Formats: sequence, structure tokens, C-alpha cells
Amino acid sequence: MGERLAVYRDLIRASVRSQLAYPTSFALQCAGQAVVQLEDMVVILVLFSRLGDMGGFTRHEVLLIFSLAGVSFGLADLLVGSVDKIGELVRTGTLDALLLRPVPAMVQICTSEFALRRLGKVATALAVLGYVLATAHISWTPLRVAVLLITPVTGLVLFGAIWVAATATIFWLVEGQELPNAVTYGSSLFTSYPVSVFSGWLLRLMAFVVPGAFVAYYPALAILGKPDPLGLPAVLPYSAPVVAVVASGVAALAWRAGLRHYVGTGS
Amino acid sequence: MLACYLRLICAGFRRYATYRQAVLAGTATNVVFGFMRCAVLLTVFTASARVAGYDPSRTVTFVWIGQGLLAVVLIWGNTDFGQRVRNGDVAVDLLRPIDLQVALLAEDLGRAGFALLTRFTGPLLIGLAFFDLTLPRSGLRWVAFAVSMLLAVLVSFAIRFLLNLVAFWLLDWRGVVTLYGAVNGVLAGLVIPIAFFPGWARAAIWATPFPAILQAPIDIAIDRGSVLPLLGHQLAWAATLLAAGRFVLARAVRTLVIQGG
Repeated sequence: MGERLAVYRDLIRASVRSQLAYPTSFALQCAGQAVVQLEDMVVILVLFSRLGDMGGFTRHEVLLIFSLAGVSFGLADLLVGSVDKIGELVRTGTLDALLLRPVPAMVQICTSEFALRRLGKVATALAVLGYVLATAHISWTPLRVAVLLITPVTGLVLFGAIWVAATATIFWLVEGQELPNAVTYGSSLFTSYPVSVFSGWLLRLMAFVVPGAFVAYYPALAILGKPDPLGLPAVLPYSAPVVAVVASGVAALAWRAGLRHYVGTGS
Repeated sequence: MLACYLRLICAGFRRYATYRQAVLAGTATNVVFGFMRCAVLLTVFTASARVAGYDPSRTVTFVWIGQGLLAVVLIWGNTDFGQRVRNGDVAVDLLRPIDLQVALLAEDLGRAGFALLTRFTGPLLIGLAFFDLTLPRSGLRWVAFAVSMLLAVLVSFAIRFLLNLVAFWLLDWRGVVTLYGAVNGVLAGLVIPIAFFPGWARAAIWATPFPAILQAPIDIAIDRGSVLPLLGHQLAWAATLLAAGRFVLARAVRTLVIQGG
């Protein structure tokens, strides 16, 4: 295990060094990520200049959801975002080489492009989160502080699971490389807003089948001590860790099934 | 000579027509985003029936036309030509007896034509099936909309060409393209109508070429504002940016040193 971790550490270090080799480009990409996050915030602010509340949530409450989701998504993208290169690896046959090495394919793929530029997004989301927490009037209890601290972790695990499970479909649909984006980047948009904004099949699919509601929405309800406008059981706001564990189990099974299904694209 | 460029248009069309599964996957993504963007934007109508001249029908039309057009105008940018600069293939391109900028534009028009048939119509049909859309009512409007889409492709091409020329000077031009894609979402009018912004921001955004890429054709389609000033804005930026591209290319070629060979 110690040896495995050392390999992981060395791979990450190599990846980070290669990215810092072009400092200007790295700075630009970090800035690009920060701009994306800021733009999403501008959209929320502009919408609120035209309305009083969104799906029963005030501006500060929406910004809390938005920043929690942003931190989680940025971290997940940083750690496992490069799995969406799997389509390329399958198509070019590079995956065969990865499978021959004595390190799990997943570890090799994730460390191959440890996208450090995502820190631009994480930093921006953290700044917004800090602003919201400093200016919102939240009555803190130990439980609420615990939820706040654990939410980036559960969100990271949830996004990671969504990413891996969605990307595993590429083993069956080799050319449909863009298809997982609907769920991965789609979740990034979905989780940034109160789920009560959405309705019908979209709500059921993105909030509960893809467990988007547990990334930021339910934790935010717990932190704010706000009742669920959807009227679902009161235990849901605290269930994100359990959902995260189940989701990673499902993702692991999907990934294994995909790898087992993989037979190579021929030489 | 003209026949050569026409062939390049066809080649661009055919090149992208080979990836059918990719088209389907991309369209599916745009459609899912379309539903979500509609839900988010429609929240502004809980308080009033009209916001900044938009009613719910015009708002969802804004979303669906945007979700379709984004692939036609390649809103996130592309790095293909910069790649050729980076690996030296551009030397071969420059040796060809055709104009490099026009040739790339021809290929891009072919690409856009294919995207119009597939990536644009797909989301629009879904939008029509699930929402009450406000589409042009007269034949003349449709013609104006078509012209506006063509101008949008020209402006978007001109900007992408300029950004890829950066590769002549900057070792990594991809960061610049990433930044372009990042600001385009808001400035071109993809995620939120520019009319929703406060007055000063609106004026500032319309002073840039970005709205010519998306908001202008959308405004023409949903009958917001008069046609001629919108087309004029697009035409002026297309001419300016294409001319800037020629100028910068000429400068770039003078700095070009081909290694090896």
C-alpha cells in the first residue's frame, strides 16, 4: 500500500511539474477557470436583479449552493476529470499499454493529466463561499459546522462517482465521447441552483438518479436550517455521506464492467 | 480559383459529416443543457410577465436557438490551425497557391453548414416539441436570420483565426483560446440574454464583437430590435476582424523561421 501511494505521489509530481513548465499558459488557463466560475456567478446576480427569489431561495442562499457546488466540482475535475480522455485512449489503443502496467488504469489516467488549472475555479468558488458565510446570518450549531466541513468532501466523491460512471459508458459507445458531458458538466450547472428551480423528469434524473441534489442543495438546506420545498423526508439534508458511498460503489462497478467489456479496437 | 474554394467548402462539410455518433452525442448534451437553461431563466417570470422585453416564449426561444447555434459558431473556440503553426505544418499551407485565410474560411463555412443541418436543427426541433417558441413569422425575417447566422460564422471565424495566429508568437496559444471560450458564454449571449444586464453593462457588451456571434442572430429571430442595425454591427465587426487577421498573418509570416528541412 505504501509503495502504491509512493507511485501515485510520483506520478502526480511529474504531472504537476510538466504543467508548470509553461508558466504563462498555466496562468492563462487558471484565469480561464476563474473567469468561468465568476461568469456563472454574474448570471445569478443578473437574474436576481430581475427577481426577488429563485425557487423559494434568496440570493445569498443560491450563492451558498452555487459556491459549495463550485468547490466540489473543481476538486473532482482536478482529481478525476481526466477520465474523459478514456475515449481517446480506447480509440488509439493506448489503453492496452496502460492495462499492462502494474498500476490500476484508473490511477494512471487520473495522474496523467492532474489538471492543476482547476485550482482557479476552486479558489474563486472558495472566495464566494467565504463572502456568503461572512455576510449571511446563519445560526451555527456544531452539526451545521460539521455539515459545512464535510460537504466539499462528499461533493467531491459524488462528482467523482458521477464522472467515472458516466465515462464508463464510453467502453460501449466508443465514438460518443461527448455524451458523458451531458451528465458531468450538466451536473455542474444543475447543482449550482436550488433543485426546486427544476421539475418533472429533469428534476428526477439530475437530482436523484444522478445524485445531484446531494452535492450542494441538501447540505445547504441543513446549514441554513431550511425546510425542503419539495417536502421530502427531513433526513435527506444529512444523507449526503451515505449517498456518496453508495454512488462510488455504483461507479466502481460500472468502471469494472466497462474494463471487462473492453476488448481493444484491433491493431 | 473560385471552384477551388467551393471544393474546400464541400471538403469541410464532408470532413465533419463522417462523425455521426459524435454529432448525436454533442446534440444530446446541448439538449440537456437547453432544458436546464430554460428552467433557470424562466424563474425570472415568477414576479412579472415581461422582463427587458422578453416574455417566457421569447426566453425559451433564446435558449434553444443559442443551444443550436453554439456548435455552428464553435462558441468555445478551436485550436486546429494553431496546432499546424506549432508543429510547422503551416509552412506547407503557405506554399499552396491559394490564400491561407480564405482557404481556412472556406473549410470553416463547410463545417458550419454541416453543423447547421445537424447540431442547429436538432435542439431547435426538441425546443419546438416541448416549448412554445417565437420564430420569425415572415419570409423576410427568415432571410435576415439566415444572413445574420452567416455573418455570425464570419465574425466567429475571424476571431478564432486571430487567436490561432497567436501561436506564431506564444508557445502555448491554447490558454488564450480557453479564455476566449470562457468569456464567450456571457458576452456572446449564450447563458443569459444581454438585455437582462443593467444599462451600462449592455452598452459595454454591445461595443465588443461578441454579441455578433450569438445575440444578434437570436434577436433577429425573436423579433427584438430592428434588423439593419444588428446586421450592420455584425458586418462591421466581420470586416474589421477579417482585415485584422490578414494584417496579423502578414506580420506572422515575416517572423516565421522554419526549423530543419
